[in-house]
Amino acid sequence: MNPARKRKLRLAVALGAAVSLAAVLVYTSFSASSEAAKPSELREGRSYDLTGKVVKDSIARRGDELRFEIRDRDGTASVPVVYTGVVPDPFREGREVIVSGELTRGTFVAERDSLVTKCPSKFTEDKSS
Amino acid sequence: MLPGVGSACLTVGLLTALYAAGASAYGAVTGRRVWVTSGRRAIYCLAALCVAAFAILESAFLRSDFSYALVAEGSSTDTPAFYKVTAVWATQDGSLLLWATLLSLFASAVLFLTRRTLRDIAPWATAVLACVAGFFLLLMVGWENPFDTLAVVPQEGAGLNPLLRHPAMMIHPPMLYTGYVGFSIPFAFAIGALVARRPGADWIRATRRFALIAWTFLGTGILLGALWSYSELGWGGYWAWDPVENASLMPWLVGTAFLHSMMVQEKRGMLKVWNVSLICATFTLALLGTFLVRSGILDSIHAFGASTIGVQMLVFIACVIALSAGLILARLPDLRSEARLDSLLSREAFFLLNNLVLVALCLVVLWGTFFPLISEALTGTEETVGPPWFNRIVTPLALVLVLLTGIGPVLAWRRVTPGRLVRILAVPGAVTLSVLVAMLAFTEAANSGTSLVMFAFVAFVLAVVAQEFVRGASARRVMTSESWPRALVRLAGRNRRRYGGYLVHAGIAVLILGVAASSAFIEQRDVRLSPGERIRIDDYEVTYRQATARLGGDGGGTGAPISLGAVLDVRRGDQAFTLHPSRNYYSTSDPSKGAISRFFEGEATSEVDVRWGLRRDLWLAVRPDLVSLEEPIARADRQFGESPGQVQAFVIRTLAELYRDDPPPAAFRAIVSPLVAWIWIGGAIAVLGALVAVWPSPEARLRRVRSLYAARVGRELTRA
Repeated sequence: MNPARKRKLRLAVALGAAVSLAAVLVYTSFSASSEAAKPSELREGRSYDLTGKVVKDSIARRGDELRFEIRDRDGTASVPVVYTGVVPDPFREGREVIVSGELTRGTFVAERDSLVTKCPSKFTEDKSS
Repeated sequence: MLPGVGSACLTVGLLTALYAAGASAYGAVTGRRVWVTSGRRAIYCLAALCVAAFAILESAFLRSDFSYALVAEGSSTDTPAFYKVTAVWATQDGSLLLWATLLSLFASAVLFLTRRTLRDIAPWATAVLACVAGFFLLLMVGWENPFDTLAVVPQEGAGLNPLLRHPAMMIHPPMLYTGYVGFSIPFAFAIGALVARRPGADWIRATRRFALIAWTFLGTGILLGALWSYSELGWGGYWAWDPVENASLMPWLVGTAFLHSMMVQEKRGMLKVWNVSLICATFTLALLGTFLVRSGILDSIHAFGASTIGVQMLVFIACVIALSAGLILARLPDLRSEARLDSLLSREAFFLLNNLVLVALCLVVLWGTFFPLISEALTGTEETVGPPWFNRIVTPLALVLVLLTGIGPVLAWRRVTPGRLVRILAVPGAVTLSVLVAMLAFTEAANSGTSLVMFAFVAFVLAVVAQEFVRGASARRVMTSESWPRALVRLAGRNRRRYGGYLVHAGIAVLILGVAASSAFIEQRDVRLSPGERIRIDDYEVTYRQATARLGGDGGGTGAPISLGAVLDVRRGDQAFTLHPSRNYYSTSDPSKGAISRFFEGEATSEVDVRWGLRRDLWLAVRPDLVSLEEPIARADRQFGESPGQVQAFVIRTLAELYRDDPPPAAFRAIVSPLVAWIWIGGAIAVLGALVAVWPSPEARLRRVRSLYAARVGRELTRA
């Protein structure tokens, strides 16, 4: 093979690898992702990553089960949540949380151990709240 | 008065930076050296101003001077002294000042070292560094002044966030920043080389040590962050593919690629476009890292709240990308390669391959991190990808990378004949095969195919590194008849860059071994136990003996007022020990809480207890259930709400003892994680290797002094 053709071949192989990586990325990420939603956007019958703020005075714990309400970050729509599993340290009323699960009969039933708190290494408290 | 001096330092610093940029650029264009010298000295001056401002802020934190808004927000009189010092960079404004200070110090160091060389490049690099420093000073002067004062001075500050009261967390931010800042040095010189049309290897030689230092600090910072996550956050993992973690990983990956490809330019004059693009990308990603942490644009567990400087950061990043891309395109004709790839079986070809894999890894992380924004733009709904997605895509790429780590270093530049390659790889290959067979025969590694392959590749890398050391040392012994240890030390000392690099490879391989083993074979149990109950995990039998309660001063020196915990007896075969996980409760200043309940309803942090081991860690966290205290706490709020402090302290002690003597079932998380300690050991080996590589060897210093002396003699002879 002459050098010029060899270089072209190498380029083609490299481009092919790049394109296939890109295709894998796009395909897998869209099929593996779950939709993020605010309480006001929830619909029954599919799973979401619910994000929002924990409503003040809504936290109640009964044994393993934790019940609280999440409201839109800037709004009033809220949804009750039933959760089991590990509660992260920074979980507090008024904090932003992310929890995955499904809406069933008006209550968001969360997957076990899926609760994530926005950790307050935002160090300074939100001045607006 | 002092806050005024601090603010003035920043404003004068901004003007100094602008002057430095202007003077160096003017001097470079007109060729007047006095202006260049003046610009360089302005950078020294800038460093002095930044250090002064930083010292003023530090002293305010140490004195707990709450007239500074920043001190009142981030510190308090009861914060331990060590954490007072470090609380400076726990605040946004303080960390901006740290960025600017580190940058001005690094810039001064590199400009001092290159003051007699790189006459064409250095002035432009000075201008670039001054612009970057100027931007950060502008942020502080314009929007986030760390010296803002409060009209009404509060009696007590809010205190440092309890989650950050961990030694690793306090060293981690300066490490990361040093890494980010360090990469701005090679970036500035690359831009300088492009502007001055000197795209040879000079700028690389002048700054490669800085690139390596930056890489080391960034890597150490990432590792310390992982260690903090593992031993403080109470969930038991060290890496969660969180946007902020990813933000620090991306510049590290591209920086690693740059460290390899710059050798190709040094030795063979190739990959010039690639190198300047890589270093520009590294610097941009470092800025992006700072931006992601600050802006709140992505939902991250760690991100700071939505901040005031997100837009400014974004504009600056866009400018950096546009200017560097434009400059590279304009200089393409100057960046032609001096040589061609002779063979695919050569060191440069394998470096190129490793570069492609590293950049691909970075793109994967970038895509996953920004997927919420990408998917919202494409489909209208914000979607996220979780750790499983990252693991699935990153694992195969990591496998290839580890394999390349083994093969790359033994190849010669230009070309290797296949026969020679087989001879070099025969012993490591045999070692790998026997390790593979041994693992299949004696361990459960076969349960996870990916980790089996990874273990084999790690063995391969270690065997290659060992073989290189042995070959080098025995060659020395033939010549000098030194003893083995002496020959090894001398060998590494004579050729620090090469053998330091091998050590780094070995360290990274060990680290990856720890990651692979601990993620594939982790065992985790979440249980509720009452005193006397026990669980079995792995081969451990864990018994909850009794609850504990401690007031004022937990073992870790974090200054927590209340600490409730558990004593657990652990047995494994004939080995027995106890672990003491606990949970610290910090008081809140929320006025809606009662005088007593505010001590229990503020922040709480897990103080996990880990039995560290080379083979496996046993990790325990406890989450006491305060349900039995709710009723007494509410009663205490009503009865003792107005009582003096001593009475309240007594009440709290009584409540804590109430919990200790009759605890309800507490929630425990127990984790047995095999080989996880090797992550930290591998990291330490890699840092050691990097230090070996970066340490100037006496011979090199001698050479440099001699050449400088010769140059001076030459100058004086021509003058005479």
